[in-house]
Amino acid sequence: MKLTIQVNEGPYQHQSSDTAYFFTKAALEKGHEIFRVFFYHDGVNNGTRLTTPPQDDRNIVNRWSELGKEYDLDMVLCVAAAQRRGIVDDGEAERNGKDATNIAPGFRISGLGQLIEGGVQSDRLVVFGD
Amino acid sequence: MAMLHLVNKSPYDACNLDTASSIMKSGDSLLLIEDGVYGAVKNGKAASLLGGLKVSVLGPDLAARGISEDKLIDGIEVIDYAGFVDLVEANDKVQSWL
Amino acid sequence: MSEAVKKFMYINRKAPYGTIYAWEALEVVLIGAAFEQDVSVTFMDDGVYQLMKDQDTSGIGMKNFSPTYAALGDFEITKIYVEKESLEERGLSLDDLQHLVWEDEDEDWAEKDSIRLVSRTELADVLADQDVLFNF
Repeated sequence: MKLTIQVNEGPYQHQSSDTAYFFTKAALEKGHEIFRVFFYHDGVNNGTRLTTPPQDDRNIVNRWSELGKEYDLDMVLCVAAAQRRGIVDDGEAERNGKDATNIAPGFRISGLGQLIEGGVQSDRLVVFGD
Repeated sequence: MAMLHLVNKSPYDACNLDTASSIMKSGDSLLLIEDGVYGAVKNGKAASLLGGLKVSVLGPDLAARGISEDKLIDGIEVIDYAGFVDLVEANDKVQSWL
Repeated sequence: MSEAVKKFMYINRKAPYGTIYAWEALEVVLIGAAFEQDVSVTFMDDGVYQLMKDQDTSGIGMKNFSPTYAALGDFEITKIYVEKESLEERGLSLDDLQHLVWEDEDEDWAEKDSIRLVSRTELADVLADQDVLFNF
């Protein structure tokens, strides 16, 4: 089964990023293919490398980065949502005159077309949100 | 074509379980996750919404909230994340009642 | 590589302005229009509020994006389902909503209604017929 995962909420505020992570991990462990994980709305906040959660709590951003690295996942932050919420990579910093970047490893910023393409190319779209 | 319905909100907080249970067609499945698992507790007002439906509940979310399996409505299947993946595969599409 | 056209359904269940979901969902619908799938949009539960006429956001300092719904016809989005029970529960009727239309080039650009008022039972059948369901 080829899956696209949509994550609508940011880390910690809502459980949906956690649920999406465990679902995605379980799917990969069962041998399914994750076509893309697409982060939308506040979900783009899963892609900032600047979080410092308490030591005794899960590190949601790092967890996604590690899963992404282990399975070579395509983890996309929606560009419009990222611009609104201040998640910035080198390209966006240059285009929009920002003096810093904060994107976490394993994520990339791209357009909503990536979500639509996920819907077209995958067998299932699973949406996690509030 | 069968649909998997996901409900992640408590039925005492939002109308999502109401909407999902009333729109489900024969052959569809319902999975309660996150705060939605409170809908699976027997003797609650929400229990009447689930009659006649194919309902599963995510075990890790139950355990996190201190809900033991003996508190659940009869006939509800407790599954894990691997089971969640299987449910997605077994149905043609997924409707997340956010 | 999937070649067949899929039935895409975008489902709106949240009111506008209190949260961003209504606007950011609309952005997906507009971008998605370029991908030549068989697109439908549903407004149900509080989502029906998105289509209300006469929205004036000047007092809350937000962009009034409601005129965008009127443009959906130009993006070839002609199947807009509004759930009857959701309107009735909220004391609303179709008269409270924008009149959304599209122009049928096969019939000399005749103007046609985009909104299809459906009961929950009818909507269940519409949803069952879709391939991909987007929620926000």
